[in-house]
Amino acid sequence: MPLISKVVCPVCGCCCDDIEVIVENNRIVDVRNACAMGASKFLNYSKHRLKKPLIRRGGELVETSLDEAIKRSAKILAEASYPILYGWSSTSCEAIRVGLELAEEVGGVIDNTSTTCHGPSILAIQDVGLPGCTLGQIRHRADLIIYWGSNPWSAHPRHIERYTALSEGRFQRSIWRRFLLRVYATSIRKKLQRALALAFRRRAPETEEARRGIPYTLTQEERKLIVVDVRRTRSAEIADYFIKVEPNRDYEVLQALRALIRDETLDVDEVAGVPVELLEEVADVMVGCKLGIIFFGVGLTMSDGKLRNIDAAISLTRDLNMYTKFLIMPMRGHFNVTGANVVFTWQTGYPYAVDFSHGYPYYNPGETSVIDILCRGESDAALVVASDPVATFPGEAVRNLVRNPLIVIDPHPSATSLMADVVIPSTFVGIEAEGTTYRMDHVPLPLKKVVEPPDGLLPDEEILKRILREVRRIKRGAG
Amino acid sequence: MKVSLVTGRTIDQGCSKESGKLSPEYMDYAATCELDPEDMKKLKVREGRNVKVTTKFGSVIVKVKKSRREPHPGVVFIPYGPWSNVIVDPKTHGTGMPSLKGIDAHIEPTKEEVLDLKSLLLKYYGGKSAEEG
Ligand code: SF4
Repeated sequence: MPLISKVVCPVCGCCCDDIEVIVENNRIVDVRNACAMGASKFLNYSKHRLKKPLIRRGGELVETSLDEAIKRSAKILAEASYPILYGWSSTSCEAIRVGLELAEEVGGVIDNTSTTCHGPSILAIQDVGLPGCTLGQIRHRADLIIYWGSNPWSAHPRHIERYTALSEGRFQRSIWRRFLLRVYATSIRKKLQRALALAFRRRAPETEEARRGIPYTLTQEERKLIVVDVRRTRSAEIADYFIKVEPNRDYEVLQALRALIRDETLDVDEVAGVPVELLEEVADVMVGCKLGIIFFGVGLTMSDGKLRNIDAAISLTRDLNMYTKFLIMPMRGHFNVTGANVVFTWQTGYPYAVDFSHGYPYYNPGETSVIDILCRGESDAALVVASDPVATFPGEAVRNLVRNPLIVIDPHPSATSLMADVVIPSTFVGIEAEGTTYRMDHVPLPLKKVVEPPDGLLPDEEILKRILREVRRIKRGAG
Repeated sequence: MKVSLVTGRTIDQGCSKESGKLSPEYMDYAATCELDPEDMKKLKVREGRNVKVTTKFGSVIVKVKKSRREPHPGVVFIPYGPWSNVIVDPKTHGTGMPSLKGIDAHIEPTKEEVLDLKSLLLKYYGGKSAEEG
């Protein structure tokens, strides 16, 4: 059976490049090394998919030819005065490049999904900079790992195992032994509590010590893992410290930590629901580490304060660099959202929310970002590539999106394709087509083609090129 | 009952999304609301029953799921998706991004049914008849 090795997983921002895929008769029969989410994509990608281009006629989506679908799309875009081109984080850098050309040609706004996840992070990074690194550095050297407002166990399942606390680095060992001890201790604790509860017919009070987990780490020169979140996620369960912040109050905790590492004392007992002693302990751990990193997720960018939270987190990192080496990195969701930012920046100078309606690139998130445009009801057509805004945008934005002509290029049917006027099915990049993707730490990786696509389906890049050609033809014809 | 609404991702949702966004599995994950057992007692609802979650921006019916994490009374969790998005705050405060965490919400038990994706789209966005391709 042919085994294809070193396949890059086209699912989340970890872009694991050690996947092995077994192919039989042009079908993927097994996947090795991937997490449940990655494996599910490789094994199920071909179920529930769009096979034929669709076009809306008399209120219904009906099958049509590819040429027809492309002509109709080009017409919609060429005639619109302020179209939006949205998506881009689940396609290849090559397709994104064509998308940018198309946006310029039609004088529209092009935006990628970072607008709804790490847009604020980018704004903060533009304000204060970002001390970053590659994930390899973290795997081999970091002895303090902090996940803030992100839940890698669920959203980036192999992040902890490949790059951080559970990875076996050259200079830093995995903490799995401690992790197992902790799981064991927790289960004993729970059993004890249950026994106590049975005996006394009430819930045994949890001690502070027990709640926090057993601090084996304090005496050991080992990697430490801290999780900060508004709820106890699975990631929090393996952490040495879990800091539970009240919703929307991360900013206060970040600033409290900044004060504590400067040896200032806080005149309160708790900050955002976190006892000050716990923060003091964590501040000591931060100052005492050799190389630390904060991975922050959408929990931080989406709660109140948004870019100011990231600003505070980056400032905390900067302050810590007076004592030790500290880094910070956003946890990017889709496999190529970093690539979308990179390609946008090469081509236009800006990472997302780029408006071409003036004839040159103009960038002002809050004004030129798609959700704002949609909420103001300004756009008059939309092209969505490999994304599902109907499922992910707030209701008000969706209402304006579906009111106007909507073109969708996507391999699967989705809530958005149900509401579209033209649907063009494409191949899966990373499975049926090649391309380039950027991992969350800005390392470019080649996506492989492991099976042949079904007849008649083209990659996003090719579909976009054809639309662009047709748009140019229409415009020349008219001019 | 007044609660704080948080939306986010779960691995189950990630997996079921990969197996098709129109599949019933996806709806089983996305059209749910994780509640603290204490809150479930207060509301007198059991796992699998329906609740109506209302915010300033709208309301939606979802299924109750008992939270398996440590106690978080007063905080409810709905996975990102078409169901959560009809009730989140669309204001971006000049950042381009809406607020999806920590939204004030009201929750109550209901006998109304959870809408499947097509009916949901039809109800909230109407207009185009949502025909499957
Ligand atoms: S962690 Fe992400 S990139 Fe790695 S296998 Fe899982 S889904 Fe794929």
